Amino acid sequence: MGNCKRYVQVAFFLLIIRPVLMIILGLRVLGRENLPCHGPAIVIANHNSHLDTLVLMSLFRLSDLHRVRPVAAADYFLRTPLASWLSHTLINIIPIVRTGDSEDDPLCPVYEALKRDEIIIFFPEGSRGVPEKILPFRRGIGRLVQSCPAVEVFPVFMHGLGKALPKGDPLLVPFFCDIIIGKAVDKTSYQDTDFTMKLEQQVKGLAADHVFPGWE
Amino acid sequence: MGDNIWQNPVVWGLGGIYGLLVVAALVVCGLCKSYPERNYSELIDRTRTWAVIITMVAIVTVMGTGAAVLFFGFISFLAFKEFLSIIPTRQSDRRVLFFAYLVIPIQYWFVYDVWYGMFSIFIPVYAFVVLAFLHLLTGETKGFIKAAGTLQWGLALTVYNLSHIAYLLVLPLKDPVVAGGAGLMLFMLFLTQFNDVAQYVWGKMAGRRRIIPSVSPNKTWEGFIGGVITTTLMAGFLASYLTPFSMIHGFVAGAVIAILGFIGDITVSAVKRDLGIKDSGKSLPGHGGYLDRLDSLTLVAPVFLHFTRYFYG
Repeated sequence: MGNCKRYVQVAFFLLIIRPVLMIILGLRVLGRENLPCHGPAIVIANHNSHLDTLVLMSLFRLSDLHRVRPVAAADYFLRTPLASWLSHTLINIIPIVRTGDSEDDPLCPVYEALKRDEIIIFFPEGSRGVPEKILPFRRGIGRLVQSCPAVEVFPVFMHGLGKALPKGDPLLVPFFCDIIIGKAVDKTSYQDTDFTMKLEQQVKGLAADHVFPGWE
Repeated sequence: MGDNIWQNPVVWGLGGIYGLLVVAALVVCGLCKSYPERNYSELIDRTRTWAVIITMVAIVTVMGTGAAVLFFGFISFLAFKEFLSIIPTRQSDRRVLFFAYLVIPIQYWFVYDVWYGMFSIFIPVYAFVVLAFLHLLTGETKGFIKAAGTLQWGLALTVYNLSHIAYLLVLPLKDPVVAGGAGLMLFMLFLTQFNDVAQYVWGKMAGRRRIIPSVSPNKTWEGFIGGVITTTLMAGFLASYLTPFSMIHGFVAGAVIAILGFIGDITVSAVKRDLGIKDSGKSLPGHGGYLDRLDSLTLVAPVFLHFTRYFYG
């Protein structure tokens, strides 16, 4: 990542994203100390809103920000030149192809990034889906985690962002949002076939002790 | 503030509050030293948060009306946002909620403008009509009364009622006193919080007969009555410095603050019970959420303003 691009990203988060998240929304973060400060690492979270990526990125130190790489769908985030520029410069995404008709593993660029010790943000539901509901995790995450046994995986549960800015509505409505960051997942007991399911349980388990009012 | 700030009782009042804060901090330090095996982290958090709250109130009190209107407007925003975050809402009402937020700057503009007529009817009359209309425009009738009702309730508690704190600063008085509106505000804020502590201490020391255990198991008649008497006496003492009240009215104001503070406290408790939560949030370490701290004030502020305005406005 070029230096100039890096400063643009830091300024974007410091001057726009962090103040907006802090004043308009209000984040209540539990377990911030669990967040990895160096790669290779994978952060997995439930997905309800475009804000999810920005919120997760805003929790990292500005000096680590250039190493944080959200995995995002190429067909959506690169659909216009402007979206592409924003996604690359400000969010620093790893675009992946969702169509699945190519021979190669679509997650190839993610493996490359992990080799460069980057911190991957991954939404295993594959889509923002229905607000404040967790869809079944897609199997890509299971394969990814299984094939990188040395890489630590951090589960995150987020509530409220799907109320503040859900799919299909550009109007931002302020709500307090809760972010729960779990400790690195202990994968030693995982069987070959159940990685995806176990990881899904990890993310859902973080919400177990809390009351979160969803939509009626 | 006047030319010579040392002649202003508000400055002395703020100094006294800081004095109490220092005493509280020393007591907490003493407890930690004497009983190192016990965990006082919540007490420490609570005292720290008090220091922040008191400092912010002191700053806006000294800076004057504009700063105070902005400050309390922001407090209303935080409390209203917290309320909307703990109640169940309908996704179809997102636009209505967005417009409900816009009520806050308008309401506080009426405070800044000292337009009492609009200040007192804007939310119950105009916001009521417009928000109910927006609710029905969504076309979703299932849950209509619950959605419209909870939204109005939240606005009343966190915006309409709390905006009365700021209005104390601009309220024209028949016979102005040195302390001015800032004195009235400080008098009410201090006594409301003082009453919370007094009821708690009396309840801890002598509490036996519970008032309404299904809502708030720790509230006892002994705590309530002890708190009312203590706050009433304190109010009678402070009134001559900070307010234009006669001694008798000072006592009455103290009793009004103590009783409404109690009702506000258990009202917010009932809301939390209904929603199945212990605290309204975790934004104020050691206290819980904003509503947990503002609960008493939500009912004290409007009645105290009307009391003052009726007799001295």
